[in-house]
Amino acid sequence: MTATDRSPVATSSAPGGFVKSVVELDRVVIRLAGDSGDGMQLTGNRFTSETASFGNDLSTLPNFPAEIRAPTGTLPGVSSFQLHFADHDIMTPGDAPDVLVAMNPAALKANLVDLPGGGLLIVDADQFTPRNLAKVGYATNPLEDGSLESWQTVSVPLTSMTLDALADSGLGKKESERSKNMFTLGLLSWMYHRPTEGTIRFLERTFRRKPEIAAANIAAFRAGYNYGETTEAFAVSYEIKPAPMAPGRYRNISGNQALSLGLVAAGQRSGLPIFLGAYPITPASDILHELSKHKAFGVRTFQAEDEIAGVAAAIGASFGGALGITTTSGPGISLKSEAIGLAVMTELPLVVIDVQRGGPSTGLPTKTEQSDLLQAMFGRNGEAPLPVIAPRSPGDCFDAAIEACRIALTYRTPVILLSDGYLANGAEPWPVPAIDALPDLTRAVRFATEPNGEDGEFLPYLRDPETLARPWAIPGTAGMQHRIGGLEKADKTGNISYDAANHDFMVRTRQAKIDGIAASLPPTEVDDPEGPDGEKARVAVIGWGSTYGPIGAACRRIRASGRSVAQIHLRHLNPMPADLGDILRRYDRVVCPEMNLGQLAMLLRAKYLVDVESHTQVRGLPFRASELAAVLQETIDRAAARGNGELQ
Amino acid sequence: MTTAPHRHDLGMPGSPIDAAIAASVVTQGEKQTALKAKDMKTDQEVRWCPGCGDYVILNAVQSFLPSLGIAREDMVIVSGIGCSSRFPYYMNTYGMHSIHGRAPAIATGLAASRPDLSVWVVTGDGDALSIGGNHLIHTLRRNVNLTILLFNNRIYGLTKGQYSPTSEVGKVTKSTPMGSLDHPFNPVSLAIGADATFVGRAMDSDRKGLTDVLRQAAEHQGTSLVEIYQNCNIFNDGAFDLLKDPTTGPMWSIPLVHGEPLVFGPDGASCVVRDEFGGLRIAETNQVDASEIVVHDAHRQDPSYAFALSRLSSQDLRYTPMGVFRSVQKPTYDAMMAEQLHVAATQQPADLDALLAGSDTWTVKA
Ligand code: SF4
Repeated sequence: MTATDRSPVATSSAPGGFVKSVVELDRVVIRLAGDSGDGMQLTGNRFTSETASFGNDLSTLPNFPAEIRAPTGTLPGVSSFQLHFADHDIMTPGDAPDVLVAMNPAALKANLVDLPGGGLLIVDADQFTPRNLAKVGYATNPLEDGSLESWQTVSVPLTSMTLDALADSGLGKKESERSKNMFTLGLLSWMYHRPTEGTIRFLERTFRRKPEIAAANIAAFRAGYNYGETTEAFAVSYEIKPAPMAPGRYRNISGNQALSLGLVAAGQRSGLPIFLGAYPITPASDILHELSKHKAFGVRTFQAEDEIAGVAAAIGASFGGALGITTTSGPGISLKSEAIGLAVMTELPLVVIDVQRGGPSTGLPTKTEQSDLLQAMFGRNGEAPLPVIAPRSPGDCFDAAIEACRIALTYRTPVILLSDGYLANGAEPWPVPAIDALPDLTRAVRFATEPNGEDGEFLPYLRDPETLARPWAIPGTAGMQHRIGGLEKADKTGNISYDAANHDFMVRTRQAKIDGIAASLPPTEVDDPEGPDGEKARVAVIGWGSTYGPIGAACRRIRASGRSVAQIHLRHLNPMPADLGDILRRYDRVVCPEMNLGQLAMLLRAKYLVDVESHTQVRGLPFRASELAAVLQETIDRAAARGNGELQ
Repeated sequence: MTTAPHRHDLGMPGSPIDAAIAASVVTQGEKQTALKAKDMKTDQEVRWCPGCGDYVILNAVQSFLPSLGIAREDMVIVSGIGCSSRFPYYMNTYGMHSIHGRAPAIATGLAASRPDLSVWVVTGDGDALSIGGNHLIHTLRRNVNLTILLFNNRIYGLTKGQYSPTSEVGKVTKSTPMGSLDHPFNPVSLAIGADATFVGRAMDSDRKGLTDVLRQAAEHQGTSLVEIYQNCNIFNDGAFDLLKDPTTGPMWSIPLVHGEPLVFGPDGASCVVRDEFGGLRIAETNQVDASEIVVHDAHRQDPSYAFALSRLSSQDLRYTPMGVFRSVQKPTYDAMMAEQLHVAATQQPADLDALLAGSDTWTVKA
């Protein structure tokens, strides 16, 4: 346990007569692992909700296989959910678990390597049968052969206790067994003093049409809780105080949820109907599911026949005056490239959301990666510049979605928003924003209704001098009929033009329009606190997207060790903020950690001629803060040594 | 001034959401709909090869569209890539010359979000049936309110003469010097197979027949597909001469008139009867009893009759039915989508604050 204070803060007598104590911790990382059929994601989400409503800060990392139901009890079928919660503000789901709950031998085998020695290991003893052990290649039972001695192992018959608890439920064995995840949740809820009403309400709501299932799950949940209270197996329970947070209303939110709500909010704040064209793809489908629920907000969702139709329909809707959106992941972006080029050429608003996953090709559908940056930047034929932005945390997906819509509407351009699997499925507490405080996008949406030409004609490519955006005249508006398309346009008239000088002008103008977006961006925030002796950081670390949490946590560790480091995190990847080059040049060294092979680093080096050091990892999982801290520390110490003349 | 017959509500009756759109588009009463053919023309020079069948179709469409009583600004023509797809540039309506094969998908997004518009797709055999085949069949099965004009010249014109998905087997072209190997699609069969609610076929040079099918297609609620045989005089000249020739044409074309017996050929010598397997076959009129001759019924819900009709013709165009194969009523995708939005807004009016808060919130006090 990573407790700062491990002494019991209270003791009490359990009903059995033995002494139970309560230990206060500042933070805990729990990992629940089981078969994909064991409901680990649901259990994790419920524990997260309990924890959120208790007031801890938290961060989650769901990790599940691409197969919906891989063969039971096998390694490929293992699904896990990691939750980090604390009495202070935290930035990552934790490098390694303090507690591992393994629902079967496969879950143990797949996850034990991550549990540091001395960690608490809870296993379902009932599942350690010869058959299940053989499935994953255990020659002997690890519960009996002494191989788990380095951990505090608690072997609990979770399955049979669940069956006992539900003996009178009238459900069969198989159905009763399904509730073992709720038994486990009950036990953990007791261990960490979580509020339980929310879960009971949730179960009643979810199984409203199957009251006997609701009752069984609630009974199993309570039985698990009571077991914790009475058993001698767990002598200690833990208290993690609520984290101090700014006053306000909070909820727990995942990245895909936040993104969806941001899109709905952008529709409301712009006064435009939303049209989503999408094809199901992991890990973006949840945005389609979520937006489909919000028809009352004028949100139309169209599940297209393929990725291309999804983006094409969104372009058609934008032409008609809606806010066209398409959501996908890497392979889908590849398919949409040509249509995105059409939106570049026709200069229509379009928001393209890429929830990145491991690539190339089908890659790792359920794992996270940041490897679509260069594709987003350049993955179209011709000079086809477009704005690229990225959220930094699950809750930040909300603001990033609104920003993507602002840019798309103001500049009449497709915008690519790069989320990733970690942000999409990860969750954190989120301060619910006040509606009035959200950006007002109505100014970005002035449809053209009057001819703008000197001879009373409508010129669809006569640009706004400030934004270089072209007028948006929508069908139904009399006297404004015009034709657009993918062929090169003549300046102002938008007629087909093969003229050499015109093409050169239009290519540069489209680029200038995108570059000009930088003027609307706020100055770059640099987190660069002075060191202990007023010392300035010589090393800056720059990142984008979901690495914000791990990089931030690593910077805290560095600063806690008495060193200085500056942190820069980019929301806008294209165009980059106007002040970025000057900022980077202020530092001796710039480190850029990325979950790819150095894509942002390549852009920064090319654009600013700064010797950016790339640190990369593509394991399908977020960085560990400890690893990043080690990398930064090494760079800082090298920079210091060089500064002191110790090295040439 | 007359008013437009096809103007619906802006998707969400009484909702403020589409207010921005509603404010921009002119209201029904002010629509200018008394138009002439010249009002439909643009100042763009038409760039098809001289003698191309596309000219005839353009003229027919420009002359007939005003009679629908739809304001120009309420019409949108979306096209893909290919010779025919230049069409929107020559029509004084809203238009988009998009990318290869995707016009039905773009038009679907537009029509689904703007049911007040009259949306047209202009495409060709390569555009609609090769690269865009997927979008075509899915658009047809959804029954989005669109009118699709498929110019079939049985060749790739714009890329200079490769065989197309409707070219006859053995077609010798630049890409098939020893003859093409693939079997062609019959676009009408394909559309009926996708359960299209309106399917027709017309000839570029037959102004009256073309206008008649187009009118019915335009008035149809749902996706209408009209296959237009179009002569490419550069790369596939005379492809439809068998049907155009005053002598052979009547022998091999079967005019489809709803409610009329399927009798054709010089002096009505040929007719269509049912065959023993539930399909249709050609017979000599004087060899069968009048009661055996099939009376054309375009409104049959079951598509198998229309499908059988489409299978009468062979690759060499003998026994080609011309006219409306199928015209049945089904709810349209865009109307149903608008209805769902309306129902949702009625059941639980939009409340953004409640949406953002969700069902589980907690408050941290100052
Ligand atoms: S190539 Fe053929 S189809 Fe194309 S414009 Fe010329 S004649 Fe018409």
